[in-house]
Parts: sequence; structure tokens; C-alpha cells
Amino acid sequence: VSTTPGSDARALSHVRICDFTGQLAGAGATRYLAAFGAQVIRIEDPVRQGRWDILRGTSPFVDERRGIDLGGAFNNHNVEKLGITLNLKTARGRELLERLVRVSDVVTENFASGVMDRLGFGWERLRELRPDVIYVSNSGFGASGPYRRFKTWGPIVQAISGLTFTAGLPDQEPAGWGFSYMDHTGGSYMAMAVLMALYHRARTGEGQWVDMSCTEAGATLNGPAMLDWTVNHRPMRRPGSPHANRNAWPAMAPHGIYPARGDDRWLAIACRDDADWGALGRVVARPFTGEARFADLAGRLAAEDELDDALAAWTRERDAAATARALVEAGVPAASVARPEERIEHDPNTSAWGLWPEVEHTAIGRVRVDGLPVHLSRTDWEMKRGAPCLGEHNAQVFGDLLGLAPEEIDALRAEGVI
Amino acid sequence: MSGPLDGLRVLELAHERTAFAGKLLADAGADVVLVEPPAGAAQRTHAPFVDDRPDPERSLSFWHYNTSKRGITLDLAAPRGASLAGDLIARADVVLEGETPGRLAALGLDAEALLARHARLVWVSVTPFGRSAPRAAEPATDLTLLAGGGPVWSCGYDDHTLPPVRGGGNQGLHTGAHHAVMALLIALLERERSGRGQLVDVNVHAACNVTTEMASYEWLVARATVQRQTGRHATVMRTSSSQTRCADGRHVNTGVPPRRPEEFGRLHRWVRDLGLEAEYPEAFLLEMGMRREHIDLTQIGQDPEVTAIFGAGRDAIVLIASKLPAVEFFREAQTRGLPVGVIYAPEEVLDDPHFVARGFPVEVEHEDLGRSVTYPGTPIRFLGSPMRIARRAPRLGEHNVEVYAELGLGARDLATLRGEGVV
Repeated sequence: VSTTPGSDARALSHVRICDFTGQLAGAGATRYLAAFGAQVIRIEDPVRQGRWDILRGTSPFVDERRGIDLGGAFNNHNVEKLGITLNLKTARGRELLERLVRVSDVVTENFASGVMDRLGFGWERLRELRPDVIYVSNSGFGASGPYRRFKTWGPIVQAISGLTFTAGLPDQEPAGWGFSYMDHTGGSYMAMAVLMALYHRARTGEGQWVDMSCTEAGATLNGPAMLDWTVNHRPMRRPGSPHANRNAWPAMAPHGIYPARGDDRWLAIACRDDADWGALGRVVARPFTGEARFADLAGRLAAEDELDDALAAWTRERDAAATARALVEAGVPAASVARPEERIEHDPNTSAWGLWPEVEHTAIGRVRVDGLPVHLSRTDWEMKRGAPCLGEHNAQVFGDLLGLAPEEIDALRAEGVI
Repeated sequence: MSGPLDGLRVLELAHERTAFAGKLLADAGADVVLVEPPAGAAQRTHAPFVDDRPDPERSLSFWHYNTSKRGITLDLAAPRGASLAGDLIARADVVLEGETPGRLAALGLDAEALLARHARLVWVSVTPFGRSAPRAAEPATDLTLLAGGGPVWSCGYDDHTLPPVRGGGNQGLHTGAHHAVMALLIALLERERSGRGQLVDVNVHAACNVTTEMASYEWLVARATVQRQTGRHATVMRTSSSQTRCADGRHVNTGVPPRRPEEFGRLHRWVRDLGLEAEYPEAFLLEMGMRREHIDLTQIGQDPEVTAIFGAGRDAIVLIASKLPAVEFFREAQTRGLPVGVIYAPEEVLDDPHFVARGFPVEVEHEDLGRSVTYPGTPIRFLGSPMRIARRAPRLGEHNVEVYAELGLGARDLATLRGEGVV
């Protein structure tokens, strides 16, 4: 186990990660670990200026400046990491990587499957370099099976794992997820993989390879639907299904996203039980809420279209936020469909949590990023340093960690190794 | 081989917010004891049911979320309930609970007090808005958390007269569960060195807020607002469609259209192989794509030639898709090096040969039904210490005898507790 002087109070400061991840599905995993103090050393190709990660140097930008170090998404996904450059097409570059692997607890990557083997750093080689190493590869389909060479990005993972299909309304094509839910979530599973493997190593001394497949991780997220098929032979692909804004498991009604006053304003309402329905009725106070046929769940489910139309006619005339507040005060789960500005700038719950920390990025300056939705009472996360500029920590990693002299580092730079 | 969390002892107080986290830990080898009230956890009333017959032992939702756990009953509000829970907590590494803040403390199970008494304990609390939030007491469901927390704003259709869409399957609750698992594992690794546990406060609303990809950072960085679009990322500037209908009526995600010369070459060859040249007079644009440098996406809409070539690639993919069934289109495109994805319904994943070849669908024994049932397998493939579904979800109180025996309670004690309605 490696140590970093002066940082032993952090939860994971004893963990060093040799990190090849990028985009969000990989970078999101090591970001989490870095926020808890793991020393994450991100390795990038100096020849391509790290552009394997398509987010490096792309929008959004804080101002009119453009450049490989100025991408806002890249900064968001790589806070608190160290960044080095290393050309693995050179013998010296490969030799330096070998030295880095020997002092790392974990190697992480989300290349297409097979790329690490082609670079000469597949599982067998990593294990030779460090017998208790933990190697977590995260690819679209994993390292085995007929699709192992197929390529994915978030929306393709979501399509194949069933998540796109289940996000839709009747008589419409799938709406899907309007962002890479499975890049966030694949990153979470990748972080879990690292952490569980570290826990196992702490008990047994054994490292291992974790062959993560993002589509498998995604396919575990519709469990009840799969059991409804394997046990009851009822498919989700059937007329009227899916109806994503409704809720059958558990059944609730009314349950949906209703129009509110104004342009593209919407309101989510969920009546969990008859008590919620009664409370809703006292707020809405229209004849339909007192109708006997709607008094119990079975009656409301039997006429759900009619119920939704009646409720929508009421919500349509009202302000989304104020109506949600009135319903919540009456005990009914409700929320306006929050726009980014509303939840980031005006939700006391996110600000009180410290959810949007400001980091200092060497080139960008001060900029806010996504924080973490957890707090640990003794050893909490911190986000202060922005993502590394290309090769920003070469001197620290090659010098302080691997013991190279400044002249040697200069020579590596001149030779195009770093 | 045992799982990566073999030997870890978790006490889970049954709740829909903790169930998935508990399953992930249990499938990873932890000994997760699920504590239900004597009448059964609320999740046992959740559809779907085996043969659509509502019954606490037939809920497929409960089955899915509680694999590999042991199950006991205990009424925390009964006179001896809290003290028995205290004895169980004393033997646990982790307490996992999703109660509304304040409820457990009122029953005499105050997290801070128990953490002070048990120095190594990790207490994980999963609540809608966090334990000490301004909104801690507000009611919330998966739908309202995803709507108020941000993801819903980005999901839906080009047609904004249709409502935004909440993706199905309780993904807001899942997202909270993922963060609970990551954070508690971090606390356990820290405990390896310090010998001390701590409180882990998981906020599902916050978890949704930081699971929106561009929606948050477009605002944080550039004060720009993304807008939802059918089947693709919500963006600040509108993008063209990336979802199309195949010959069998099913949809595919067409991915990012070709940008590199070799991709235009593959697409051109596919048009020819299918004999579609006559229907596709723009094939010459693909040839132009093959002869030029890689397309710079920022030039689309700026440079007419780049725009035409890029559009031709997209049109060729849509044309080919319209000629083939969705699964065939997906496999053939990927085999030819064009990344696209078939849009499967959940049940279709289980029959796909790739998932079958990797052993993703697994058989779980249900002696109560006299047969095994096919479940989705585990999300992470550890080659040294595999995750696996060790057994079906527990029946109500199934492990009362063995778990209470670990506290030194015998059959007679248990009968008394049962008589008093405690278990």
C-alpha cells in the first residue's frame, strides 16, 4: 500500500490508481475516488494531446478562450486527479509505465476491449508487474462473448440494456434518456468494482481482474420487468407499454407529469395511497376529486386516462413551483420539473448540501462542478483542484514518485516520451 | 470462490430506498440481514406478482431486490424491539436504513448515539433530501425526485407539447443506492486503517442532481440551458435525429454518423453490398467522405460540403436501417465497424446470444414453485471473487431462528416474542 506524505487523513489516501479512463463512464469512477483522497494518476497520450478523451478541449467553455486544457466537461469529470503524459509507442514510455504499475494499487481503463492487450499491458502483464494489482476494465460488452469487439457510447449502452425502451410514452417511439445515464452509472459501477476489489485485497492479499461490461450493468436496472417476463411471460413490448410517467410497480394513481402554466412548464405528482389522494383532493377541490369511483386505487387505475385529464385541466392553469409546494405541504409527493438554473441556483437543498463546489483549475480559473450526494461524518470528500492540464503533474509523478532527476524529465520531454 | 465482500455483516432495515444497495452488497457476498416488520416490508405489496396473484411471498419486485439476503421480522416500535435491534446492530459492520430522519431516534435507535457506542460501526442513511436538509421531512417518490432533481428536464420528445419523460424502473432510487454502496465501501476501507466507523448520509435528490451530464455543467460553466429531444441528448443547440425505425418496426440508435474516411468507406461498401445504389443517388457524397480528412463536427452547418457529406452518412444509415430488421441491422453495422445500438425491451436482453454467452441470465432455485426462475445476473464481473445471486429472496421471517440464535435466543424465547408481536 502506497502512502502520500501529509494526506493520511483522507479516506482513500492510501490508494494509488494508474488511470487510463476517459469520457464519463470511466473518468466518473476515478473522480469519485479522487474526491476521497485516492491518488489518481491520469495517463494521456502526448502525441494526440489526450484527445482520445473527446471531452478534452471541447465545450462548454467559461469564456471565449479555446484550447486542449479549457474544456468544461473534462474539468468536471477529472477534478482532484493528477495528469501525466506518456507515449506508450516508445520503449522508454512503456518502461516508465511498468514502473508506475509496480507502485499502483489499481489500474483502470475504459478503452474498447482488447486495447490494453495490444498496448502490451493486458491482465497477464499487469499481474507480472505487480502480483496483487487490481485491474478494472470497463467496456461496452466486456472482454468475452460475441459482441466483445462492438463499440458503444452511453446512448448505445442504454439502447441495448433496455433503458431507452422503458423511457417512453404510449404510441410514441422511445424517448430514451436525454443524457448518458449509463456513463454516470457505468462510472458508479466501475468505482464499486475498484472499492470491492480493494476490500477483498485487504482481507486476502489478492488482486484480480474485473471485466466490467456497461451493458450488463445497465441490464440489471430493469429487474422486475425481466422477472415479469421470465415468470409471467408478460413482455414490456406490448400495446400501451411502456407508460413511463405512470407507476405500476407499485401501482399509484394519479401518477404523472402534468402541464403547468407558462412555456414548457411541468409538474410531477404521485399519490402513493388513498390518504395522498384525499390530501390532493383537499388542495385541488374540484368535483372530480370527490367522485366515489375515484375513492380507491382500483377505481382510479380503472379510469386513469380520465383522471389524468381532469387533473391536467387543473394543473394547466397553475404555477408549477407554487402548486408543487402546496401539494407537498399537504403531504403529497410533488415537484416541478426543475430546469438546471432552478435546481442549481435556487434550491436551498442543493446549496445547503454544498452540491456545487468551486474548484481552481490551473488554466480555466475558478469554476463550479458537480459535487457528491453523500457526506461522511469523519472523512468526507473534497473538491478543490480542477482537472489537470495536459502533463501538468509530470514533474511531480516522474520526479517525486518515480525518482527521475529534472534533467531526465527534460530529456523525456525532448524525446517525445512525455 | 467467495464474493468480494465475504465476511461483511450488514443489517438492513427494509425500505425501498435501501433494497437495491442491500442486494448489491448481498450478491457481492456480504451477510445482509433484512429486518422487516412482522407484517412484512412494504415492498412485498409491490407488483408484479407471480401469476398476478397479490401475496407477500409472490412479489417479483421484492424477489428481485432482496436476493442473497437473510430475512428476519422485528417490530422496531414494540417494547423490546429497539433493544433487540440494538443487539443486532452491535454485531453488524454496517447498518443500512432509509427511514425518514428522526423516526429511528424517536424509537431509541439514534444513529449518533449508536455510533458513539460502537466505534467500528458504519451507519448508512439513505433519505430523499439528506438527514439535516431544509426539506428533510418532505414526501417524495422516484418520480418526484427525478423531476425535482433534474434528470426529467432532459428527457422526452422533440415535440414539447408532450410531457417530459421519467425513465422507467425506479432509476432515481437506483442512483441513490449506487452512491450508498460507493460511500459505505469508502467508509469501510477507511476503517481498515483507522479502526473507526462513521455516519454516511446519502441524499437521493442530490444524487439525481449530479446525474444529468451536460444539463448541470452547461449551466455551471456557461449558464446555458439544454432542451430535450427525441431519443438523444438534450442540448443547447438542436442536433439531428439519432434514432430510426427498422424494417420490423423496431427502433435503433444510429450513434454518431461517420466522420472518418474509413467509416465512409465501410458505409459505402454496405450500400453497395445491399444493392441500394439506385435508391441512394447521394452515394457520391460518401465517396467524397472517403477521400477527405476526418470531419470536424464544428464545421457542420458552417461549411456546405462538410454538412452535405455528414448528412449523406446519416441518410445512408437511415436507408439501410429501413431495409433490415433491427437486430440484424445492429449486428451487421457493428461487425462492419459502425457503432449503433438496437433498442431492446428489457425482456429481449435476456435472450440475446451475447448476454447468454457471458452467463448474464442466471437460474435461481425457487423450491416454493418447484422450479428455478431466470433472473438478470450481477452487474460486475470479478474474475477472482465473483458476485453471484446466492439464493432467492427470503420468505417473511425465514431466518428468524438462525439469526436470533446468534443473539442467544432459543425457540422458547422466539415463541414468546412472537406471542408479544415483537417478531
